[in-house]
Amino acid sequence: MKRNTVKLILLSIGYLAMVYLIWPDNVYAMHIMEGFLPFNWAAFWMAVMLPFVIWGMRSIRKTVSDSASLKMLLAMAGAFAFVLSAMKIPSVTGSCSHPTGVGLGAILFGPTPMTVLGMIVLIFQALLLAHGGLTTLGANTFSMAIVGPFVSYGIYKGLQKLRAPRWLSIFLAATLGDLMTYVTTSFQLALAFPDPSGGVWGSALKFMGIFAFTQVPLAISEGLLTVMVFNLLVAYSRNELIALSVFRADEWQKISPSKTEVKA
Amino acid sequence: MKLVWKNVILGILVIGLAFGPLVFAHNAKFAGADDQAGEAISTIDANYQPWFKPLWEPPSGEIESFLFALQAALGSGMVFYYLGYVKGKHTAAKAKKG
Repeated sequence: MKRNTVKLILLSIGYLAMVYLIWPDNVYAMHIMEGFLPFNWAAFWMAVMLPFVIWGMRSIRKTVSDSASLKMLLAMAGAFAFVLSAMKIPSVTGSCSHPTGVGLGAILFGPTPMTVLGMIVLIFQALLLAHGGLTTLGANTFSMAIVGPFVSYGIYKGLQKLRAPRWLSIFLAATLGDLMTYVTTSFQLALAFPDPSGGVWGSALKFMGIFAFTQVPLAISEGLLTVMVFNLLVAYSRNELIALSVFRADEWQKISPSKTEVKA
Repeated sequence: MKLVWKNVILGILVIGLAFGPLVFAHNAKFAGADDQAGEAISTIDANYQPWFKPLWEPPSGEIESFLFALQAALGSGMVFYYLGYVKGKHTAAKAKKG
């Protein structure tokens, strides 16, 4: 245990040192801005986005049609993404970025409902804040509201199957979903702007250096916040979580409502 | 450990992660630096011109931060409304039982 702590501290210091050596200047890390994807790529990502949005709307209708309490939980998951996207948090690279907040909803409701909710957040920011953009909506939705939720959902379900502790499954699902969003953004930019010498890969590495490294601490923050909210949901919204089959069957027995004392 | 304390510890970690960079990298500008995105792209493709402009931009930094604060307030309003609601419901159900 102690040795692990030391390792962790050394790793953090190494990470910080590396970040300062390689990226001493301010770098940006956010969604792709309005007009910054060539028309064909903008149209391509828009087309990729559409089926997921339709799938998500169907999934939402199915989930909430017969339960008012699930409707409220879904609204809360959307609101969580809304508030986290508004938080531009400083990162070790000396610039700011924001978490995405879609992992929580993906764990609860599956990935596609978050496609719809994430897209709404992105439209709000594009119209009112000139953050992201309407032409880049498809690409940004793909990274934040399709790849992110699918990664989160896949990791959560996979780790649950491997019987990892629940807090760890949730933490990793939310953290890696957030991180993969920005890795995806890097590739989207790289595909549209391949490096003259290094090609798509060279360009992707360049953008990833900018995006992914800034995002690491924020992704960890998002993971921790998601665990916090999830702890509260386990304590107070157990029936909804069971209805959404978020728990494994044996876990469900362990925390069945017959126990009056709340264990999170 | 009680739920409250678990969440307090997690909360402190989050705050540390958010404010740590301000201490460690106190020389950095922490710009939202959307303009620098253009620079990064133009080092790769110098001729690229953005072909679409935002329909509306917040006229000043104050308006922008107002809108971001509004976004955060609306979001956290809903999150905590929900958490308060289910906690109240839970407590009421427990009181009825016991």
